Amino acid sequence: MWQRLRQGLWRTRDGLTGGLADLFLGGKQIDASILDEIETRLLLADVGVDVTRAITDSLAAALKRNELGDLPAVLRALRAQMVAVLAPVQLPLEIPAAPRPFVILVIGVNGAGKTTTIGKLAERLQRDGHRLLLAAGDTFRAAAIEQLAVWGERVGAPVIAQKTGADSAAVIFDALASARARDLDMVIADTAGRLHNKRNLMEELKKIRRTIAKFDARLPVESLLVLDGGTGQNAIAQARDFHEAIGVTGIAVTKLDGTAKGGVLLAIARQLAIPIRYIGVGEAVDDLKPFVAEDFVDALLGVEP
Amino acid sequence: MFDNLTARLARIIRDLGSEARLTEADIDAVLRDVRVSLLEADVALPVVRDLIEHIRARAVGAEVLRSLTPGQAVVKIVRDELIQVLGGTASELRLEGQAPVVVLLAGLQGAGKTTTAAKLGRWLIGRKTRRILLAGCDTYRPAAPEQLKLLAGENGLECFVGAPGQSPVAIASAALQLAHARLAEVLIVDSAGRLHVDEEMMAEIRQLHEVLRPSDTLFVVDSMLGQDAVNAAASFSSSVPLSGIILTKVDGDSRGGAALSVRHVTGVPILFIGTGERVEELAPFHPDRMASRILGMGDVLTLIEQVERGADREKSEQIARKVIKGAGFDLTDFRDQLRRMRSLGGLAGMIEKLPLAQFLPGSAAAQFNDRELVRLESIINSMTPAERGRPEIINGSRKKRIAAGSGTQIQDVNRLLKQFQQMQTVMKRLTRKGGMARMMRTLGSGPPRGFRR
Ligand SMILES: Nc1nc2c(ncn2[C@@H]2O[C@H](COP(=O)(O)OP(=O)(O)OP(=O)(O)O)[C@@H](O)[C@H]2O)c(=O)[nH]1
Ligand SMILES: Nc1nc2c(ncn2[C@@H]2O[C@H](COP(=O)(O)OP(=O)(O)OP(=O)(O)O)[C@@H](O)[C@H]2O)c(=O)[nH]1
Ligand SMILES: [Mg+2]
Ligand SMILES: [Mg+2]
Repeated sequence: MWQRLRQGLWRTRDGLTGGLADLFLGGKQIDASILDEIETRLLLADVGVDVTRAITDSLAAALKRNELGDLPAVLRALRAQMVAVLAPVQLPLEIPAAPRPFVILVIGVNGAGKTTTIGKLAERLQRDGHRLLLAAGDTFRAAAIEQLAVWGERVGAPVIAQKTGADSAAVIFDALASARARDLDMVIADTAGRLHNKRNLMEELKKIRRTIAKFDARLPVESLLVLDGGTGQNAIAQARDFHEAIGVTGIAVTKLDGTAKGGVLLAIARQLAIPIRYIGVGEAVDDLKPFVAEDFVDALLGVEP
Repeated sequence: MFDNLTARLARIIRDLGSEARLTEADIDAVLRDVRVSLLEADVALPVVRDLIEHIRARAVGAEVLRSLTPGQAVVKIVRDELIQVLGGTASELRLEGQAPVVVLLAGLQGAGKTTTAAKLGRWLIGRKTRRILLAGCDTYRPAAPEQLKLLAGENGLECFVGAPGQSPVAIASAALQLAHARLAEVLIVDSAGRLHVDEEMMAEIRQLHEVLRPSDTLFVVDSMLGQDAVNAAASFSSSVPLSGIILTKVDGDSRGGAALSVRHVTGVPILFIGTGERVEELAPFHPDRMASRILGMGDVLTLIEQVERGADREKSEQIARKVIKGAGFDLTDFRDQLRRMRSLGGLAGMIEKLPLAQFLPGSAAAQFNDRELVRLESIINSMTPAERGRPEIINGSRKKRIAAGSGTQIQDVNRLLKQFQQMQTVMKRLTRKGGMARMMRTLGSGPPRGFRR
C-alpha cells in the first residue's frame, strides 16, 4: 500500500534534487553538505522552516559530538527524530460501544476532501461491522448533497439530507435522531467547506458542535479535520483555528497519492498533538489508510525502511 | 514653515555626502530573512533559490533610496522582483479566434475548477458576452455534472454535461458542436480534477485540448498549496500549453507562495483570483498585492509602499529637467510638490518612520500640517496659468481675487508667494550643484537611478 506513496516520492526526488537515498548510496563523506541535503529534502516536503531547523540543528549537534559515524547513522538519526515527533500522534480511531451513536463530524477547508473521505470511511467502518448513516450537513455548496448521496449509494449507507440552504445543525440533529431510532452505531456528518479565518462560518461550526451536545451531551464525538496533503504551511493555521473553535480530535490527510508529502504534519503534531487517524491515497472507495508514523516518514524521506 | 524646511533639506543633502550603495553584508543579512519568509509563505524551494540569486545579483552595489535603510532597500528590491515575476504581459483572457472561443479549465482535485467555470461565465456576462455555454467533462467525481448544472442554472448560463456513459472527450466534442449550433460566443469547459502523476488522466487532458483547441487553457490552483505546487504546475504545463493561471481561495489567510511558484515555472500570467465561494467572487489579479502578501514583512512593506505612493517619478523628473534647463521653478511645480507631500499621506507620521527623521529635530514633523498644505494648494489653484508661470505679475488686485477665490486672506497669498520665492532660491542653488534629483529622492519622490529597470 505504501507503493503509491513512495512512487510519488521518487518522482519528486528525481525531478528536483539528488535526494537523500543517492547521497547515502553514493558513499559521500559526512560534512556540512549532508545537512544541506537533509534541509532541502525536508523543506521540499513542506516540513517548514522551524521544524526543519530544529531537526538539522540537533543532527548538527550529534555530528559534532561524533555520535554519527557514517551516513546510514545520520539517516537513522534523522528518521528516528521524525518518527519521534509523529509516533505519539499515531492513534487510531477508537469507537466505544456506548453511548450510541458515535458521531464523526467531518470538517475542513474547501475542497480538502471531506465528502470523499466520508465515503471511504463509511466503507471501512461498515466493513469493520459498524452500522451507520451519513448526514448531509453541507447544505451550502452546489450538489454537495447529491455528491454525498452517490457515496451513500456506493457504500450502501443511508443518507439523511434536507434541501440545499437548510440549517446544517438541524440536518445533523435529524440524522442523530434517525440513527438512534434505527439503533445504529454511528453517524458520519459532512459539513460545508469553510476557511478557518471566516468568523461567521466558524461560529456556524460551533453551533453544529453545540447541537450535537444538545442532542445528547454524553455522545462520543470525533471531530475529524480533513487536511489536503498538498497544503503548505497554512495547514498549521487551519488545524489551530479549527481546534480552537470546536476541539479537533483527529486528523485525516488526503491526496497523498501524488508527489505531495504532507510534511507540515510534523509541525502540527509538535504544536497541537492532535491524533492523526488516516491518510487518503486516492479517489476510490478503498483509498483510505490508517496513519502509520514510520511509513509516513519513510515516504517523506524517500528511503526504503 | 518653509524657512526651516529648506534649511534642513539643504543640511540633509550636505550630510549625506557620497553615494550610499548596498554592501554584500547588507544584502546577505536581509536575504537570509527573505529566504525564510518566502519559505514560510510556501514558495517552492527551487523558486526561492532562483529568486534569491537573482536578487543578490541585482542588489549588489545598488544605490540605496535615501529614505530607506539598507535593509529596507533590499526588501524593496525583493518586492520589485516578486512583482516582476508575478506580473507579466497579458493579464486578460485571450478569447482569440473564431466563435465559439473555447476556455478550458484544468487542475488538481478540489482546486476550484467547477466553481471557477461558473465564475468565469458570470464574469463574461458582465462583459456583455451574451452567448456562453458551460460544458462539464468530469465523469469521475460523484455529482460533478449536477454541481455544474446547478451553478449554471443559478447564473442564467447554459450548460452541457453529456449523457451518462459518455467519455470526457466525447462530451467535449459534442459540446463544441452544440456551441457552434447555438452560436455561442464562448465555450467554458470544466474538466475533472487530476493528479499530475496520473499518466492516464494527463493523457486525457491532452486529448481534451486537442479536441477543443482552446484559446485559453487555464490552470486553476489552490493558493494554499505548498511545495508540490511547482511539480503540479510543471507537469500540467508540459502536458498542455497553458495560457493563464487562476488562483483560488485567496480569501483564506495563506501567504500564497504557490502563486509565485506556479507563475515562475509555467511562465504564464495569473489572470484572476478567487476570493470566495460565491460565483461573483472572482477578481483581477494584482501582482503588487500578492507580492506583499507573500513577502510578509508588514511594516517595511507599508513604509516602502508609502514612499512609492508619494513618488511620482515622472513628475519629479520633469521638474528636475525643467529646472536644469533653466526654465525655472514656477508655481505649478510648487503645487506639484505640495500635492506630492500631501499624497505621502499623513506626512508627519511618515517622516517619523523614515531614517530621515534622525536628521530632523523633534518638532519638524509637526510642520507638515496637512491642512496647511491643502490651503496652499487651493491658493495656487485660484491663480490663472499665467500667474502660476510668472508670479511676478501678481499685483494687488490679482491677490485680492486669488484670496477670494481660495477662501483665504490676502496675507495668506503674500505668505505663499514669499515661501515660493524661498523655495525657488533653494532650487536654483540645488541645480547648480546637481542636487535637485537628490533632494527629490530625500523627499521620497522617486528612486535613484540604480533602482530603475
Ligand atoms: N487523488 C486524490 N483525490 C482526492 C482524495 N480525497 C479527495 N480527493 C478528491 O478531491 C476532490 C474534492 O473532494 P471532496 O470530497 O469533494 O472535498 P470536500 O472537502 O468535501 O469539498 P467541499 O465540500 O467543496 O469543501 C474530489 O475530486 C475528490 O475526488 C485523495 O486522497 N486523493
Ligand atoms: N473560499 C473559497 N472557496 C472556493 C473558491 N473557489 C472554490 N471554492 C470552494 O472550493 C471547493 C472546491 O471547489 P470545486 O469548484 O468543486 O473544485 P474542483 O476543482 O472543481 O474540484 P474537483 O472537480 O473535485 O477536482 C468548493 O467548496 C468551492 O466552493 C474560492 O475562491 N474561495
Ligand atoms: Mg464536501
Ligand atoms: Mg469539479
